[in-house]
Amino acid sequence: MDLNTIETVLRPRSRCQLPAWREGDACLAGGTWLFSEPQPRTRRLVDLASLGWPPHTIGPEGLTLAATCTLAQLDRLERPPTWSAASLIGECCRALLGSFKIWNTATVGGNLCLALPAGPMIALAVALDARCTIWSADGTERDLPAADFVLGPQHNALHPGEILRSLRFPLAALTRRTAFRRISLSPAGRSGALLIGTRDVDGAVALTVTAAVRKPVRLTFDALPDDATLADRLGAAIPDALYHDDVHGRPDWRRHVTGLLAREIRDTLREAGRCT
Amino acid sequence: MHLMINGAPHDAEPRPGQCLRTVLREAGWFGVKKGCDAGDCGACTVHLDGEPVHSCLIPSFRAEGRTVTTIEGLAGPCRSNDHAPGTIHPMQDAFLAAQGFQCGFCTPGMIMTAAALDQAKRRDLGTALKGNLCRCTGYRAIRDAIAGIGHVTGGREGGDPVGRNLAAPAASLVVSGQARFTLDLPPGDALHMKVLRSPHANARVLSIDATAARAIPGIVAILSHADAPPRRFSTGRHQDPRDDAADTRVLDPVLRFVGQRVAAVIAETEAAAEAGCRALVVTYEVRPALLDPNRALEAGAPRVHDPRDNPDADAPPLGHHPNLAAEVRGEVGDVAAGLHSADLVYAETFLSQRVQHAAMETHGCLGWRDSEGRLTLRTSSQVPFLTRDALCDLFGLERDAVRVVCARVGGGFGGKQEMLTEDLVALAVLRTGRPVRWELTREEQFAATTTRHPMRVAVTIGACRDGTLTAIDLDVLSDTGAYGNHAGGVIHHGCNEVLAAYACPNKRVAGRAVHTHTVPSGAFRGYGLSQTIFAVESALDEVARRLDLDPFDLRRRNAVRPGDAMVSNSLEPHDVVFGSYGLDQCLDLVEAALHADPGPESEPGWRVGTGMAMAMIDTIPPRGHFADARVSLDADGTYSVRVGTAEFGNGTSTVHRQIASSALRADPGRVRIVGADTDAVGHDTGAYGSTGTVVGGLAVLRAAEALAHRIRARAGELAGSAAEACRITADTVETPGGSFMLEALGPLEAEGRADGSPRSVSFNVQAFRVAVRPETGEVRILRSVHAADAGRVINPMQCRGQVEGGVAQAIGAALYEDFRIDDEGRVVTQTFRDYHIPTCADVPDTQVLFAETEDSVGPLGAKSMSESPYNPVAAALGNAIRDATGVRLTATPFAPDRIYRAVAACLSEDAART
Repeated sequence: MDLNTIETVLRPRSRCQLPAWREGDACLAGGTWLFSEPQPRTRRLVDLASLGWPPHTIGPEGLTLAATCTLAQLDRLERPPTWSAASLIGECCRALLGSFKIWNTATVGGNLCLALPAGPMIALAVALDARCTIWSADGTERDLPAADFVLGPQHNALHPGEILRSLRFPLAALTRRTAFRRISLSPAGRSGALLIGTRDVDGAVALTVTAAVRKPVRLTFDALPDDATLADRLGAAIPDALYHDDVHGRPDWRRHVTGLLAREIRDTLREAGRCT
Repeated sequence: MHLMINGAPHDAEPRPGQCLRTVLREAGWFGVKKGCDAGDCGACTVHLDGEPVHSCLIPSFRAEGRTVTTIEGLAGPCRSNDHAPGTIHPMQDAFLAAQGFQCGFCTPGMIMTAAALDQAKRRDLGTALKGNLCRCTGYRAIRDAIAGIGHVTGGREGGDPVGRNLAAPAASLVVSGQARFTLDLPPGDALHMKVLRSPHANARVLSIDATAARAIPGIVAILSHADAPPRRFSTGRHQDPRDDAADTRVLDPVLRFVGQRVAAVIAETEAAAEAGCRALVVTYEVRPALLDPNRALEAGAPRVHDPRDNPDADAPPLGHHPNLAAEVRGEVGDVAAGLHSADLVYAETFLSQRVQHAAMETHGCLGWRDSEGRLTLRTSSQVPFLTRDALCDLFGLERDAVRVVCARVGGGFGGKQEMLTEDLVALAVLRTGRPVRWELTREEQFAATTTRHPMRVAVTIGACRDGTLTAIDLDVLSDTGAYGNHAGGVIHHGCNEVLAAYACPNKRVAGRAVHTHTVPSGAFRGYGLSQTIFAVESALDEVARRLDLDPFDLRRRNAVRPGDAMVSNSLEPHDVVFGSYGLDQCLDLVEAALHADPGPESEPGWRVGTGMAMAMIDTIPPRGHFADARVSLDADGTYSVRVGTAEFGNGTSTVHRQIASSALRADPGRVRIVGADTDAVGHDTGAYGSTGTVVGGLAVLRAAEALAHRIRARAGELAGSAAEACRITADTVETPGGSFMLEALGPLEAEGRADGSPRSVSFNVQAFRVAVRPETGEVRILRSVHAADAGRVINPMQCRGQVEGGVAQAIGAALYEDFRIDDEGRVVTQTFRDYHIPTCADVPDTQVLFAETEDSVGPLGAKSMSESPYNPVAAALGNAIRDATGVRLTATPFAPDRIYRAVAACLSEDAART
């Protein structure tokens, strides 16, 4: 929609052209959220796309995604065959409420910064141990695990003037076995619970819970947990108040299906283990 | 900024925060629609450098140097002032052949998306189309278009056009993006209006300080209650304006729901009008609000319409609680005795939630004074004539001083049987003397228009062992919200056909519509029946189960049939007759179809069940529904049909053309439909109550038949023979004295009128086979069958589309749609991503079957069929879930998070059994 309060759009070509942050600024990545709601307090847009960051880089240490990499660019990424976890990329793109048309515009970094519980790029980043590179206003950089980037619904770890620059996915995480489960109130609706399990070659297991909860939760296990262990760990890590409550699912249902999907993921990882 | 649009260079100077959608529309590309303005509905889809995107989300500066293709340019380069589409893209052609649209508002975006799908995406349309919402079709016709399946038959194939799948007259305009909807006009010098809305559910405006707002450049006028006429009206429009309480002012210092208009700002730009609203400083006296309809009639409940706020009004009748908006009470026979004599008595309370029409085109209106000074409004309405009349009453104007016209309207569903924009636009035009446009945002559409009436229906049914019903008792509480528009009509209609459908000697109704401090309820597809039929048809299913009877047989035993008196809750005489009767066929058709093909198997772990429900509806609203039609043979030998009915996806322009062509033996291509203009004919009550075919169509038939007689008489006069000896053909009149070209006989004209009485009844039967996953509460539809008794079906393709669209909309209400209001009275669900209407993935194909009947009341044997397919759906789904899980659900929507606990009970029962 037209954002009629915007007075200025800045299109920096390099980091040194980034403006000093002021009240009323908003960083524009894809714009698929910014332009989807009235923004009466926003006066100035800082266009990150004009910085011209390469969308993705594959190196020996893993994968780096610029914050401005679109979901379409990510989905089309040619990845090495050894990256068994890369199947999550397509699954997480499809988990976005928006259709493939939105993928052409929406960005990975924007999805993280928006910090909605159902943000599927958050799930991808947390499940695959991604680390966020953040440009601070003073010209320095800082580094944060993706799991610590989202603090709550529409609340992220960026300080005023900070910019999410990129996400780094370590190679070890990309070669894990994975299992993905998602449920929503309607077949193609916004995720009510989105869980991802991963299993290392040494048998270590990680379970990432998103969408059902106000911020991502990541549990690690030395081995596949039994039902009781799984339930205990979920119960300990996710108090009732952490389950998200909105029109896309009541918290009691989210808790219920989180347990169910977690068990399914555990079973899937066990089956996958038997095959190899 | 320089870009290419549809093959031609274009220069624009977009505002900093402007999105691409409005840049394109300002350049005249009106095929780019605003459905949601938030990236959810896809109506604004264009191709940007060949990739489909939602243009409402694209910052316009990013289009610099790039190539944009809109629906107009999909088939090749064109310019925005080209009217006739030159070539046509194969996908546009496919949408024509399948008629993959109804109102056509979503169609440009749908086609732009469909044209961009590769084979892989076409194989999973549910996923590929999740960013394109259509509220009319139920998606089957869209899926057919994309699959290359055609349904349209040509009009030139000869023979009677009635009963054939003729295309909608505007079809080629719709698929090419050239069809003009309400606000598809160059802005000209029109001012823009924006409205400040109440943040409080119950408050009084103490003061409005407009000093800061007036200082904003571009502000032309600010209107508050001090500027509004003192007269009260109802936004709800009926033939008889006394049907709805006059309780609404254009601007009122008393605010009765969050979202009510406080003040209007009129400015040279939308941005200035928005800034003006933000700059208004309003002081409110906030009062306690009533949000719970169950408490509305308590003695101490906050009063929504407090007589002290309106000392001029008539005092309410003694003994009536001021929050009681309307009431219906009646009994036939002796319900207590009927229940006493029953072998089985079943009682349960059912809740139907608030849902929204969600027409893809929001309400919008453009008003101006024409060259003669007449107030003229172009508006998105189902009732242009009644709106004209209401404006005349409100502003003290003569009928000929106001003209109301509709362009193509982007969906209605009852939501546009209201005057929600025209009163304020008229006031703004009268105040400023300039053209004024007002387009509601999607948020305003949700927060401040109207919804279906939420209802609590307590039903008690008595039955003998053989299934014969001994008594039906209904106690209904309807929440009409802050204003009484349609409060009475809906409670009366909702308590009528649901009972008249069954030949039970003892029936009783106590129905009350109450006010709350919430967004007003209003007219909605089904008009009260969807809520009460959910209750009664669920209860009857339970009665059948407990008596171990087949649910189809229980209906056959008890349903009303010709020879029975049609009685709901009183023995007052009425004008409803069995013009035809096809319920028996509908029951047989659905039962046989379900038996012949129960649908696919479910996945392991899912429970499967089958359920059905039926519905009856009067074909026309009561107490008079009028239509005038004028049909002319023009000097060029073609015909014009003038009729008041608006086209909003109801398909009436197609039907009217077929009816007129049939009566005049004309090639349908030579018959032009001119509709929805108060200058066109004397009167038209409007396109509500499913009357486009049975009232508007009857007037057209009568006018066309009268014209045919006049043409034969004229030819006979010239030939010196009797009119009866003359025969009209496609372009001549054959007489014993030779053949006359039609051009030689015109111009001639004739009129026709229909008054909406007597009325007949239509029937619908729906069955589903569903799968339920008890562990999660998920429900999937495996099979959907619907039989309709629409009399003689004038256009089977379109009538099928009406049924499919009704079923789809009702699936939305039964499974997903949840219009939520928080404990401060604010509407929470103000976007399509929070208010989930069915997407392609949510709606299965429904097999649609028609009873073969011929109605003695409707034109050419036809009956109405547009609201009623909605009505049996929720009960049929609930009954199928009951069959699958053993659990009787009593509140819609049957969303997983609401039902998982209940349906999981079948797992523990199984565990106990093993």
